[in-house]
Amino acid sequence: MVPSSAERMGLFPGVLRKTFSTAKVASPVIRFENVGLRYGMGPEVLRDISFDLPQRSFQFLSGPSGAGKTTLLRLLFLSLKPTRGLVSIFGKDRLSLSRTELPSLRRRIGVVFQDFRLLDHMSTFDNVALPLRVRGREESSYRADVIELLKWVGLGERMHAPPPVLSGGEKQRAAIARALIEQPDILLADEPTGNVDPPLARRLLRLFIEMNRLGTAVVIATHDQHLMEQVDARRMILSGGRLDIHD
Amino acid sequence: MTDAALSSSGINASVRTSRAPAPIVPPARIGGNALVAVIAIMTFLSCLTLGAVTLVRDTAGQWETQIAREATIQIQPREGFDIEDALTRTALTASAVKGVTGVRVVDPDATARLLEPWLGKGVDLNALPVPRLVIVTIDPVNPPDFAEMRAALDAQGLGARLDDHRTWVDRLVGMAHSTVIAGLAVLALMLAATALSVAFATRGAMSGAGHIIEVLHFVGAEARFIAGEFRRHFLWIGLKGAGAGGIAAVLAFLGFGIWTKVNMATPGADQSAALFGQFHIGASGYAGVALVALVVAGITALTSHFTVVAFLSDIDVPRNEQS
Repeated sequence: MVPSSAERMGLFPGVLRKTFSTAKVASPVIRFENVGLRYGMGPEVLRDISFDLPQRSFQFLSGPSGAGKTTLLRLLFLSLKPTRGLVSIFGKDRLSLSRTELPSLRRRIGVVFQDFRLLDHMSTFDNVALPLRVRGREESSYRADVIELLKWVGLGERMHAPPPVLSGGEKQRAAIARALIEQPDILLADEPTGNVDPPLARRLLRLFIEMNRLGTAVVIATHDQHLMEQVDARRMILSGGRLDIHD
Repeated sequence: MTDAALSSSGINASVRTSRAPAPIVPPARIGGNALVAVIAIMTFLSCLTLGAVTLVRDTAGQWETQIAREATIQIQPREGFDIEDALTRTALTASAVKGVTGVRVVDPDATARLLEPWLGKGVDLNALPVPRLVIVTIDPVNPPDFAEMRAALDAQGLGARLDDHRTWVDRLVGMAHSTVIAGLAVLALMLAATALSVAFATRGAMSGAGHIIEVLHFVGAEARFIAGEFRRHFLWIGLKGAGAGGIAAVLAFLGFGIWTKVNMATPGADQSAALFGQFHIGASGYAGVALVALVVAGITALTSHFTVVAFLSDIDVPRNEQS
């Protein structure tokens, strides 16, 4: 990939740059082998799902509504356990993970929810800083990084605003910034352009591409065909609970 | 980024200065005044019940002590019998027994006054075989050996009969204990009702906090951290409500106490004092009120803790829903 304009101009925030400059091993960050999942006694909503998620990879997860995209994302961010098969995350079997191990692994996975899930009583700054704050870090230790990241996503002037007064696009960018502040190895985004107009969708996509260039493996769940056509990336298509991969 | 860089980038100076971050659990929305009011009312009622039980227990104790503090000796007049001499000798005999702190012979006038409600005024007691009484005041802490006293009186051969009021004391003790046990049962029911209402009200107040728990969970907060945030928040709400309820109860008791003092010697106050003693719950009563308030605040905090833990368990367990 050619360097992006932001890279050439040296505009990437230090908070991201310093992490991804470290060398990484070549093993996949996530591996699924013959994974199946059912809710309760119902039918399997995911069947025989097998794929690797390599480091620094970029992929779209697509499929019709109800195909199981969100379920697959929930498996990826450790919110669900498979009912069969193997899910390996950072080399660890999901089924053997204890509850106490989950928080440290979740910090390595940034999630952008379709409905943003920002806390309305906090400012944008506090929302973005939340992952650092829950680890017990003092605000003085991360203040500059959060501000820098907010400026990078174009919210430098809105950092004091609470989410209810932000536009849909601003909320989306705040959610992305929150997912990035912990310098994750994987970024999962669920319909990140579902609530924004096409120009903003393109802008958000550029943001994801730039993050991927910095070393984050990106998975974008979307059914926006136009969005997928803008990037030459792997497509994972879910249909009837089965996954087809088009590299 | 350095301060100079921040400054050159035009970032608001207020961001660079230290400020308190917004609380993770919003103070106004989660819980709110309704929960504080429920906790205050239930604590107030529990403290009133506790105070009433304390009052009954103390009054019952006073009844027991007062009755047990006296014994009486009766001497029946007989033909050719010097009753006054017999009373004097009986009083001397009784006063010599260890544990007796005073002896008083009830004179004929006092005896006539005692019988006045039944016999009317101006009755000549000498014409009637009315027994005369010797009141023996005893040390309730180290009471005398009544068998020894009875033997000493029998040795005098004066026909004196000792009544140590044991029957009455036993009845009163039984009644007082029953009253206290009934009061404690009511208190236990009240505390259980308080605990349940506070627990359900807390869970109700937390129903709007699910999205906060979920967000904290997915940004990598440990269960211990999330539970701790909510525990602190609800402990504070509990302390506010329980403190208000406890203070209101203490003020109510102080108010009753002042009312009885102000109205002392009036028929109403005298009747209240006869039934309940003074409206003064004492140090143990106030300690009990403080304990009830602390327990209620603790229940609030613990309920929030367990609600968070249960919520987090639900998040990680696949449910029968498809997304």
